[in-house]
Amino acid sequence: MEEIRAAAVTALNMVLGFDASLAEIVLLSLQVSLTAVALATLIGLPLGAAIAITRFPGRRFLMILMSALMGLPPVVVGLTVYLLLSRSGPLGEFGLLFRPTAMVIAQCILVTPIIAALSRQVFRDLCEEYQEQLRSLGASRIQALRTLLWEGRNRFLTVVLAGFGRAVAEVGAVLIVGGNIAGETRVMTTTIVLETARGDLALALALGFVLIFIVLMINAAVYITKDSSEPFAD
Amino acid sequence: MQLSTLPKTLPNRSPTEISSIAEPRGLRAGGGILPLRIEGLSFHRDGQALLEGVSCCLDHGRSTVVLGPNGAGKSLFLRLCHGLLAPSSGRIKWLGPAAVRAQAYQAMVFQRPVLLRRSVAANIDYALGIQGIDRAVRESRVTQALMMAGLKRLAGRYARTLSGGEQQRLALARAWAVDPEVLFLDEPTANLDPATTRAVEDVIRIFHNTGTKIIMTTHDLGQARRLADEVLFLHRGRLLAHAPAPDFFADPIHPDAKAFLKGDLLW
Repeated sequence: MEEIRAAAVTALNMVLGFDASLAEIVLLSLQVSLTAVALATLIGLPLGAAIAITRFPGRRFLMILMSALMGLPPVVVGLTVYLLLSRSGPLGEFGLLFRPTAMVIAQCILVTPIIAALSRQVFRDLCEEYQEQLRSLGASRIQALRTLLWEGRNRFLTVVLAGFGRAVAEVGAVLIVGGNIAGETRVMTTTIVLETARGDLALALALGFVLIFIVLMINAAVYITKDSSEPFAD
Repeated sequence: MQLSTLPKTLPNRSPTEISSIAEPRGLRAGGGILPLRIEGLSFHRDGQALLEGVSCCLDHGRSTVVLGPNGAGKSLFLRLCHGLLAPSSGRIKWLGPAAVRAQAYQAMVFQRPVLLRRSVAANIDYALGIQGIDRAVRESRVTQALMMAGLKRLAGRYARTLSGGEQQRLALARAWAVDPEVLFLDEPTANLDPATTRAVEDVIRIFHNTGTKIIMTTHDLGQARRLADEVLFLHRGRLLAHAPAPDFFADPIHPDAKAFLKGDLLW
């Protein structure tokens, strides 16, 4: 018990004192996950929208596949990306393994299905609600699309944040493709795993605090943006 | 509908405002899209005929009420006329000179108003923007429309926080702003209480009095009596009567229409 208390005090000191090694890990975490989510949004949102508003053979299969991929085990994604990027793999020549880029790729693969599947749902609901009215007003397809994106901005933001939550909290994929190299590819989750295993609870706990704090902030941000732009609605 | 009855119940409007909006508006110079001729209109879904062989001609001046029990095909008929759905067979023809741009001359108000997540005024401005109306002109059109519907006071409010009746009046104001030659209304007061219903009916009357052709559905007989100049009676997807309102209500002729007027259940 005493040990845990001491660790907690050290952890708090590290957080409040902006400890350099801690800051480096947190920053890399955010950098990797934000980049991955941004890319996943660029791919997943248009994909979800396209599946929501178009009809093509295999559409249903794609929808089921996307939903299934939402539950992809991070370690499997990590392993797959590892095999692709390793020296002998098809993409080995780029030398990306054990680099932050590899971590971005892995997280992007994890998050894209989530953003695509949830975006499709959001888009379908929006279409159901607005389609007739927008057509009646004489909106073109482009105008309608722009209106739906704007009308659904809060819901899409929630979708993106759900993706970010998944990315920043996962450990399996980044551990395999990043290698948890100090000063290079250490992020919050991988460091927590390592430091806990080594018995250095202070750093692990400090990172745990930061991680929880970030997740809390994200959720607060979602609620605040919703409330300020949609008083009493929905 | 009597031309002389101007609304007295709408809030926040001075008599001068009312007289200024009771003038027929000349924004549609050069001829419009009416009359509307419908020939053998049918709509099938999953092998079921939801509308079958409806033919009629609707013209200026008289407000048309489409009457019938639930599931008669009233809303479907309106959506087909407005071009939101494509008929399975039959034709919908606008015969006026502007027929090629028919969409721009119509507006529709739905049973549940669909409002955008923005202010009351911005909702109207959006509709004008879609129609490509110049920004400089829009503001005055928005203000006019808000005044017409008695919503001036609420211009800056978030549209989705309005009450049901206010939302429906905003939907009407939005339609007013684009100055349609034909206004479709699908059960516009189905979810409203009697007082709010009256306020909405008053706005519909203003449309009629300023020269907009009203084509609306209702299953409310009182409303049909108050607003209809002519009645289309639909039952099970068929047009059973098309008659001037006084004639229809005095003697609907068709037994199903008689039963409907008496309040019997029609199956």
